[in-house]
Amino acid sequence: MQDAAADPAIRVRDLVVGFGDHIVLDRLDLDVRRGEILGLVGGSGSGKSVLLRTIIGLLPKRQGTIEVLGVDRDKASEAERRAIERRWGILFQQGALFSSLTALQNVQFPMREYLDLSEALMGEVALAKLEMVGLTAADGDKLPSELSGGMTKRVALARALALDPEIVFLDEPTSGLDPIAAGDFDALIATLQATLGLTVFMVTHDLESLRTVCDRIAALADGRVITIGTMDAMLASQHPWMTAYFQGKRGHLLDRGRGAGHQLPQIGT
Amino acid sequence: MSALRHGRLELAAAGSWTARHAKALEPLIEAAVAQAPQARAAAIHMGAVEAFDTYGAWLLERLTRTWTESGGAIEVLALPDRYLGLLEEVHRANRTPRAMPPAENRMLLALEGVGRGTAGIGRNLVVFVEMLGAIAHALVGVVRQPQTLRITSVVHHLDRVGWQAVPIVLLITFLIGGIIAQQGFFHFRKFGADEYVVDMVGILVLREIGVLIVAIMVAGRSGSSYTAELGSMKMREEIDALRTMGFDPVDVLILPRVLALVIALPMLTFLGAMSALYGGGLVAWAYGGMSPDIFTARLREAISVTHFEVGMIKAPFMALAIGVVACSEGLRVKGSAESLGRQTTSSVVKSIFLVIVLDGLFAIFFASVGM
Repeated sequence: MQDAAADPAIRVRDLVVGFGDHIVLDRLDLDVRRGEILGLVGGSGSGKSVLLRTIIGLLPKRQGTIEVLGVDRDKASEAERRAIERRWGILFQQGALFSSLTALQNVQFPMREYLDLSEALMGEVALAKLEMVGLTAADGDKLPSELSGGMTKRVALARALALDPEIVFLDEPTSGLDPIAAGDFDALIATLQATLGLTVFMVTHDLESLRTVCDRIAALADGRVITIGTMDAMLASQHPWMTAYFQGKRGHLLDRGRGAGHQLPQIGT
Repeated sequence: MSALRHGRLELAAAGSWTARHAKALEPLIEAAVAQAPQARAAAIHMGAVEAFDTYGAWLLERLTRTWTESGGAIEVLALPDRYLGLLEEVHRANRTPRAMPPAENRMLLALEGVGRGTAGIGRNLVVFVEMLGAIAHALVGVVRQPQTLRITSVVHHLDRVGWQAVPIVLLITFLIGGIIAQQGFFHFRKFGADEYVVDMVGILVLREIGVLIVAIMVAGRSGSSYTAELGSMKMREEIDALRTMGFDPVDVLILPRVLALVIALPMLTFLGAMSALYGGGLVAWAYGGMSPDIFTARLREAISVTHFEVGMIKAPFMALAIGVVACSEGLRVKGSAESLGRQTTSSVVKSIFLVIVLDGLFAIFFASVGM
């Protein structure tokens, strides 16, 4: 294992992203360490998804540098960029499964394009991936329109993991799932992270996922990362948005979950 | 990976057992498996493996699984601890054999296809009549209570399928009129029948070509967009949402679209016919050497209002056919992007086919009533 602080999986420096007159991300800095699960939180419209989409290159940036696995996309050649894209997997919010392919074919798609494997091996590994995310062989033959919301997310995760990536980007992986399914999904991500040694960058609103699976949390407000650290650091923050988020009505659930050992700082009402 | 014999088969693994190298690894593993019957026991040393992922884990699992199935015993030795979890995970996968669908008789499949196709024609007809009935029902409702008509929506669609279609309709019909005139002069001149070109252009454009070209263009331009719009609304459950709120999608979405088409097509037909005559006249002047005065005078003799009426009467019926096909195909879209594409194609093909069939039926009708 390399020194995590010196060689982060993702390094964002001085990033500015805007649309027209509206600046969404304003000189943002962020490091994601290798092998950690980082949760990104922030209010609606604070630019969480924009940050994710900028890192993976779907949105243009105005200034700043982004290095993923030590490669800066701006300076990289086309071949280097392709190579990086093989080393990450992305779970989109709505799953973004290809609607005319079955679940199994969706998982096989990146393998078919990038790896020159025998049909049998591809089928077996794809099926193993589906089973690792908790689906059965019978689910593999279903079309995306026949899958439930939770199953769609699972297939999308299996597809994101198809090439055994080093980094997985998850855009609200548990949104739209019931609490039990969301809990299972969190456990699944934690298991896969532990077995495959993934770096996970997760945009989420789910306080429960933040508490249970994330190693560190980054909070986004006013176009910057205002706090980064463990849940304790989040609870200790004095920023008004942070106190409202982590200690609001829903935040109190965390309190119970964490047991009596921790004293919440009393701020406001 | 190399193999050594020591009473039992000893395999030593090295290098990267990852996705990138899976292609090279697979034959090596298979070669090892092929030795299974000869050696009852085997061991594989994984100590020298530098990288290991799901692909490597699965290949290792496959090796041990086939080996054990053929009655041998195999041991995995010295696999680094950090990879044990992954191997354990893969060990549980692929346990249930996938049920393969039984191979079907080609002959029977072909026969089944023919049968389904034939039944499909009948079903298409039913769907068409159903949609026509639903629109008629909605129209009756609107006639009873005129305030329920969605005027804004009708005007919006009228703008899209009517007004915005004007430039392209004018351009295409202008060119068609010119081409007919040019061909006429070229061939009729051989037997000195130049002036009959005007008869041909006038009658053809007003009775047939004007309305037909415009209807085909509208089917391709507006019919396809109706199908795609309604289809994607269906995919995103917008139509179900309307229904649960107590609205009838036929009232809200389909009637305004079809009404707009029925109003727009006659107007476009009129504009198209005029533009085609203009094009014909210009070509007659420039290519045929017939002055505009002579052209208009000759036109006045050759055509009557009847020819114009025949063309215009057909237009709203063709519009109705296009609208009904486009909307019913839109509602038949299923969940996938592919199905949206398929229904849009079928909407355009069917509406053009229907337009031409209708034109033929009208020709018989007008001939028998002497128009």
